[in-house]
Amino acid sequence: MEFSANHPILFVMVGIIIAVVLAQSFYFLFRAMKRAKEIGIAKKTISSTITSAAIFTIAPAVAILLGVIVLSQKLGLAVPWLRLSVIGSLSYETIAAENTLKALGDGVSAITNAPAFISVIWVMTISIAVGLIFVPLLTKKIQGGMIKMGTKDKKWGDIFSNAMFLGMISAFVGYVFCDVSLAFKGDFTGLIPVCVMAASAVAMAVIGLLATKLKIRWLTDYALPISLICGMAFAIPVTGWLS
Amino acid sequence: MKKNISYLDSVHRDGRIWGLLICLLLFAFPVAVSVVFKAAPDARALLRGLFDTAPMYWAVGFIEMFTYVPMLGAGGTYLSFVTGNISNLKLPCAVDAMERANVKATSEEGEIISTIAIAVSSIVTTIIVILGVIFIIPLTPLLENPVLAPAFDMILPALFGALGVVFISKHPKLAAAPIILMLILFIFVPALNESTVGIMVPVGVIFTIIVARIMYKKGML
Repeated sequence: MEFSANHPILFVMVGIIIAVVLAQSFYFLFRAMKRAKEIGIAKKTISSTITSAAIFTIAPAVAILLGVIVLSQKLGLAVPWLRLSVIGSLSYETIAAENTLKALGDGVSAITNAPAFISVIWVMTISIAVGLIFVPLLTKKIQGGMIKMGTKDKKWGDIFSNAMFLGMISAFVGYVFCDVSLAFKGDFTGLIPVCVMAASAVAMAVIGLLATKLKIRWLTDYALPISLICGMAFAIPVTGWLS
Repeated sequence: MKKNISYLDSVHRDGRIWGLLICLLLFAFPVAVSVVFKAAPDARALLRGLFDTAPMYWAVGFIEMFTYVPMLGAGGTYLSFVTGNISNLKLPCAVDAMERANVKATSEEGEIISTIAIAVSSIVTTIIVILGVIFIIPLTPLLENPVLAPAFDMILPALFGALGVVFISKHPKLAAAPIILMLILFIFVPALNESTVGIMVPVGVIFTIIVARIMYKKGML
């Protein structure tokens, strides 16, 4: 068969894998919903979890789609579709592809032959396989320890889980400030992420206040997606002002 | 209680089966491409590419696993490590859902809420990407519009601003030390930037847990 990075058979193969991945998500969703009913979690809690997770996902998912479009210029559409639906992120897959293409002397131009194409897929697959291989082996052990801790000392279990989330959030808050020192050299672009973060934080706080003061319960379900969009929208003018 | 154990055990059993199946499929894909096009990978490119890429990503992957598994819960972990985009999508989604439902990651309720949020998020992402692939021609000029570019570049600050204000205002005492540490590190260490933030997440998590333990023992929390 003559090689093409957009050959229909590639879409069929990728489609099959993605169908299995979707099936896994549906399987775990239904299992969790069934269990939720058994242990008496309120129906309203479940439905608000579902709708707000779905709404929240839209903007980040469109960003992932943008990654597919960017990568497709080099690799055809099928492989980026697979890699960004399963595990990969744009930055990681781009690095994997570029490292392989560099060795071929192709620079980062589009792939036109099968050996280069297959090499890139192998590098992407093997390099990011660590989670795929070890998560099935180690999750039960790690998770078991967590549950044990939660039952042994409930207060510490709660503090531990808050500490984990705060640790993660603090790393990203720090990252937002990573280029602020450029302002001393007259380059204010490093302040853009700080302003965006502040805007979405203010949006979140205002929505929280509105929801409690005016007793609009449903508003809290969409507080995160609304604040995310506010922050992203604010990025457009603020980037214009500061760059 | 017995049922509780059996639910979690069955999540682990099914998670392993699904994980193994998808892992096999992903490795079968390059093999199948080779067979279809009757071509082998370019050995030099493959080895160079692996040498330059794999060690770093395996190291990061290992650390990520130990950092994210306790936060995601069992079901959430099996899904997230297949569908990816953990720190920028799945975990914030799960954290927000657990916070609103007022449940903790260490409880069975937390496990269930996190699984539901992550499953829904995975499904929505996959469907949006499928639609995008189908409608790529009309969508490309729209999505690549330079006016919108800054908005998509700023997803992480927008996300963690909103998530941060909730968590930091609820736990100001616990948040102070890690926030100060990370601000100092990111502002004054030039090597810390977007590509290294992933490595700093476990550093932040471990540091916060140590601080939390000390404060808890001293009765400050």
